[in-house]
Amino acid sequence: MTDLSLRPAAVTIDDLAGDRNATRPDTLFSNGAKVAGYLVLVILAAIAVSTTTKAWPAFRSEGVGFFLSDNWVPSQGHFGARAIIYGTLVVSAIALVVAVPLSIGIALFITELAPRRIRSSITTVMDVLASVPSVVFGLWGFLILRPDLKDFYNGVADAVSGIPVLRSVFGESLSGQSFMTAGLIVGLMIVPIITSIVREVFQTVPINEKHGALALGSTRWEMIRGVVFPHSTGGVVGAVMLGLGRAMGETIAVALVIGASPQITANLFGQGEAMPSVIARNLNEASGNYRAALIGLGVGLFALTILINISARLLVKRANATKGAR
Amino acid sequence: MTTNERADAPAVTTATAPIGAARLQPNEEIPTVVTEAVFETRDLSVLYSGFRAVRDVNLTIRRGEITAFIGSSGCGKSTVLRCLNRMNDLIEGASVEGEVRYRGVDLYDPAVNPVEVRRRIGMVFQRPNPFPKSIWHNIAYGPRVAGVKKKSELDDIVERSLRRAALWDEVKDRLDASAMGMSGGQQQRLCIARAIASEPEVLLMDEPCSALDPIATARVEDLMRELRDDYTIVIVTHNMQQAARASDMTAFFGVEVNPNGDRRTGMLVECDTTATIFSNPSDERTENYITGRVG
Repeated sequence: MTDLSLRPAAVTIDDLAGDRNATRPDTLFSNGAKVAGYLVLVILAAIAVSTTTKAWPAFRSEGVGFFLSDNWVPSQGHFGARAIIYGTLVVSAIALVVAVPLSIGIALFITELAPRRIRSSITTVMDVLASVPSVVFGLWGFLILRPDLKDFYNGVADAVSGIPVLRSVFGESLSGQSFMTAGLIVGLMIVPIITSIVREVFQTVPINEKHGALALGSTRWEMIRGVVFPHSTGGVVGAVMLGLGRAMGETIAVALVIGASPQITANLFGQGEAMPSVIARNLNEASGNYRAALIGLGVGLFALTILINISARLLVKRANATKGAR
Repeated sequence: MTTNERADAPAVTTATAPIGAARLQPNEEIPTVVTEAVFETRDLSVLYSGFRAVRDVNLTIRRGEITAFIGSSGCGKSTVLRCLNRMNDLIEGASVEGEVRYRGVDLYDPAVNPVEVRRRIGMVFQRPNPFPKSIWHNIAYGPRVAGVKKKSELDDIVERSLRRAALWDEVKDRLDASAMGMSGGQQQRLCIARAIASEPEVLLMDEPCSALDPIATARVEDLMRELRDDYTIVIVTHNMQQAARASDMTAFFGVEVNPNGDRRTGMLVECDTTATIFSNPSDERTENYITGRVG
């Protein structure tokens, strides 16, 4: 008996190789998923390459002036997009200033304060808001909001007309179409998406730690500041980036309320122009270099979005690296 | 209340205080107890969305003693514990009937601010729950929300609390390191230190050792015995040996199951000195539980 137990049990390599047929679906699945994953990169690269190629004539004739000059006169063949890029950045910035605090507030209300009944109805309202087509937002802004805002803008402009810096930031409004109007509308449009992501981020904060903070005699706000926010920085930045991406790319609503006159001005109540709206408004009639320049704007927008996204990611990474200690 | 005051407090003797407050007779006067009782509950029931989870708890917890809540799962011992610092407020649908008196004041009086209650009545949780911050920031959290701002003062509090929790020597060189890097046992002692830092009058501990190994458990029990001179401690435990080893008083909670078998309601069976509960309990259910015949 003893030497029997010492004898190695016979297993052949075939026994351990398993059943080829049984593993086939798994191979199929993993290959399929791999293809899907890489396809995203391929599509992205293809878009970048093809648009850049089509925009190349404009880039070549304008050089860096395409991004640095603000002389945009298509009829004379001048394509300096700086004022248009400026418009996009200003509108997006206003939109974020409006949307981020509002979204965080709504998300906090839903996760920390609201009773269960109200919670679900607010969530539903936010979902509906997210599904309203942007042209409807634009029409509402143009037809209803704009006339009232014009009076409001001019009221503010009058009020601050004696104060040096404010005077130039909040100046006169001719039509109610302005950076501010566009920013407000886009801000409202991105509230639902930011809210829904931020809400989910807040919900992942460990309840243990929240209760720990409350048991030490924190008020709700102290608990939110001490536990919820530190836990959520990364996720909130991600949500804001997604909102920013939408704000920068928002086309039709902005086109209706921004005023279609590219200019660099500190006056937030003044008219301006944004990259996507120029493209949408003019691409059909444009040809030659003009067409190339419009596509070039698209390339610029694409690059800008990627740039902002990457820097935000780096920011979060650095913030997370220094967390833990202080 | 300071440590000195506590030390001067009249020694509680079994002759003057009603042992087994669960079965208080109407003619037993409560006022004589009030000076010594930290908590008194009167017909305390907790309901979750209308369903009675614990009913009619009448319990007295006295100053300077360690009171253990024991009983099988679902008997409501943690629920009752969380009434003592209004943590049940945080559970949606939870409501309380009856009275919980803390040094004479009804904790559920509308004028009572739960934030203030929790500053005075500290709590240690089942799982160690340090914040993902430095050790220093964990300890300083409570004093800071209570309004202490000076760095030097906070430094003093951090050192004192860590010393009190017998953790100072282990961590004094890495106060800036994240608390998440500590072992589970250290984290739990950190949480005790964090609770002490707010200078509470009472420490509530909700199964503080259930996630710890036996060595870490022994250290936490040692710590409880040391803290006993300064704090009134209420501990919920699943571990009967722990209750027997560490507590002065033991409250045994039981469960009744409704005829359908789908609803369990907890209640206090009896509360007495730990020695009595473990050697000579007056209720058969306690005896069955202690001797391992049930639960």
